[in-house]
Amino acid sequence: MWFNYLILNTIASLHIGEMGYISEESLDFIPLKLLEMGCLPGAEVCLVQIAPLKDPLYICVNGSHLAIRKETASKIKILKSE
Amino acid sequence: MSKKDIKVALIGNPNTGKTSLFNQLTGLTQKVGNYPGVTVDKKQGTCKLSATQNAIITDLPGTYSINPTSIDESIVLKTLLKKDIKESPDVILVVADVENLKRNLLLFSQIKDLEIPTVLAINMVDQMSRKGISIDLTALKEELNTEVVLISARKNQGIEDVKATIIKCHVAAKATPMCDNKKIDPAYFEELKAINPNYTLYELWLMVTQKNFPEGIAKQEREQLLSFNKDVSKLRKYQHKETIYRYQEINKVLKKTYLVDKSKATDVRAKLDKVFTHKIFGYFIFLLVLLLIFQAIFDWSSLPMDLIDTTFAELSDFARSNLPVGVLSDLIVEGIIPGIGGVIIFIPQIAILFLFIAVLEETGYMSRVVFLMDKIMRRFGMNGKSVIPLISGTACAIPAIMATRTISSWKERLITILVVPFTTCSARLPVYAILISLIIPDTKIFGFYNLQAFTLLMLYALGFVTAILGAYILQKTLKIKSNSFFVVEMPNYKIPSVKNVLFDVLEKTKAFVLGAGKIILALSVVLWFLASNGPESYQNAEQNTIEKLADTNLGVDAVQQKVAAAKLENSYIGIMGKFIEPAIRPLGYDWKIGIALITSFAAREVFVGTLATIYSVGADDENTTTIKEKMRSEINPATGKKVFNFPAGMSLLVFYAFAMQCMATLAIVKRETKTWKWPLIQLFGMTGLAYVCSLIVFQILK
Repeated sequence: MWFNYLILNTIASLHIGEMGYISEESLDFIPLKLLEMGCLPGAEVCLVQIAPLKDPLYICVNGSHLAIRKETASKIKILKSE
Repeated sequence: MSKKDIKVALIGNPNTGKTSLFNQLTGLTQKVGNYPGVTVDKKQGTCKLSATQNAIITDLPGTYSINPTSIDESIVLKTLLKKDIKESPDVILVVADVENLKRNLLLFSQIKDLEIPTVLAINMVDQMSRKGISIDLTALKEELNTEVVLISARKNQGIEDVKATIIKCHVAAKATPMCDNKKIDPAYFEELKAINPNYTLYELWLMVTQKNFPEGIAKQEREQLLSFNKDVSKLRKYQHKETIYRYQEINKVLKKTYLVDKSKATDVRAKLDKVFTHKIFGYFIFLLVLLLIFQAIFDWSSLPMDLIDTTFAELSDFARSNLPVGVLSDLIVEGIIPGIGGVIIFIPQIAILFLFIAVLEETGYMSRVVFLMDKIMRRFGMNGKSVIPLISGTACAIPAIMATRTISSWKERLITILVVPFTTCSARLPVYAILISLIIPDTKIFGFYNLQAFTLLMLYALGFVTAILGAYILQKTLKIKSNSFFVVEMPNYKIPSVKNVLFDVLEKTKAFVLGAGKIILALSVVLWFLASNGPESYQNAEQNTIEKLADTNLGVDAVQQKVAAAKLENSYIGIMGKFIEPAIRPLGYDWKIGIALITSFAAREVFVGTLATIYSVGADDENTTTIKEKMRSEINPATGKKVFNFPAGMSLLVFYAFAMQCMATLAIVKRETKTWKWPLIQLFGMTGLAYVCSLIVFQILK
């Protein structure tokens, strides 16, 4: 089944270069501003870079390149394909 | 502004080339003013659309959405919600970046729902083929039901097209909304719309979510609108739903009109990011950039600064010898000319600093610095974005404090504002320079490093460390709840446009000269008055001194010097200096330094000028020529020791490093924090710290 290949994670648990899809259920945890900048449920998100001190995270979502803090990223659940 | 000029508001996301377009449209007609009641700069310019039609173009701050999260962004909403005929725009020009069209269209969709005639300018189309993007322009116009223009503002392409379209859109004005919030919850939004039919549904919705009411809204309607605000979680949910709905609509449009061939995308950005945000090279490069900025601020500016200095000195001399003797001439020669000079002298350093900051921002590098520094700065209660103000602070605290506006968390912004004045601004430099040369021997340490230069470096470090520690203490003590949500866009790397950079430097420098300049100039005049007037004893000082010296065979010059010294001692400022002498004696200062301390509250650099006046008139030895030598030979009559000995000099250095001695900064802090509380805390906190530390330094070294 397809869900065997999917693991629920957050943006904060991605490794550099990995991708995932923002899950529908995290809608309430995404700040409005981030939503407006393209960080939408269902969107593909890629972790581009992690700052040297492990925070913030540099992500690419819906064509937007954004830096967000780990605190925010760890609330946004994603579906990751293994 | 004539009546038939079209009022155009320029709106767009940050990093879309909005400024480039504004510069192309308006050129040198730009003017910066203030929005009433708020401090955000309002940039306006005139544009000749056709032979008979002009437009007044207002450049609004860059924003991702109408829903504001910082002061800059709130201006956009305020301007758009205005219904009065004079201020509200006739046409809105939305600028979008071709590469990020989807996200840019979110803002566009919100604007469209305000039902104001809108033109969409898609910028940087010269990049399309390189990025593999293709747009079906006709279909896009139809789908969006809007005039769309493809432009490249930097290359000056499509600008005429924009002008023609503004006229066309203004004439044919028929604005239709793009999204209909009723689709989210029909009953809820029907009820909202019923409150006032003069406003569009989206406008009413914005009033509810942002609690921002235009003047046309009656009190009763306002209360009705506020009642929608009670259920916060529902409101939030609907805002989320609205955003998703907007993106759905945008995706529908783009699917039919916009195509990206990803295989053509080149990845310069990724390669540069690897270097600039690398855990070692990243910081190393940032350090190099900082060193370059400091080097430039001090090295490149020394020549023009010397030039300005001598020019104003000569101007004073010229005015003195050519104006008739009188109070007005004294005011001009001793008050106004040095006052203006005191402002102009900072222009080279400030312009160079602004130049660097403009270039770093234009290239997109600044966002990488914010990314690198956020975690470190957060430990001290600040924000990655605080780095820019702290760098700017080394030139002048005033633009630095204004640069904190982009920080959306109030607590982090306030802490940044409060600690910025600790960084060593250029006004401290002349003070440090003269004191160091007096008390630190000109020798080399470790065989090669100049001890005086090393001391200066240590003073810079002291300022910076104090700022950081101060922030840490404030973070622990300030009980302010504010959400520290942080998001920064990492824009594409770009080669900076010369025009944009120069316009930016020009505009900011002008704002500094006019803003801070007024205060410094006014205070210089006040100081001049206090130094050249006094009670009865002042009036008699000249007579008494001449009588006292009648028996001695001093030359005319020496007598005049004695007279001037006596006058100063008995002037209002001299009396103030004497009055505070008991308080500053434990720090190792006499009343003359007291005068310099008082005058320094206008601006620190006045210290040198004041001492120059005091000691050039006070010294006995006629062989001494320079101010420095006169200061060195000054003896304190009470102790019989030199006034500028090592302990007193060190104590003064520490005092100037910490004390809040800048009226202009206090005025700006008041303006930015909207209360006198914070500037007063700065004034007493920093000056108190300065007093205690100087006391300790002097008492230990004594």
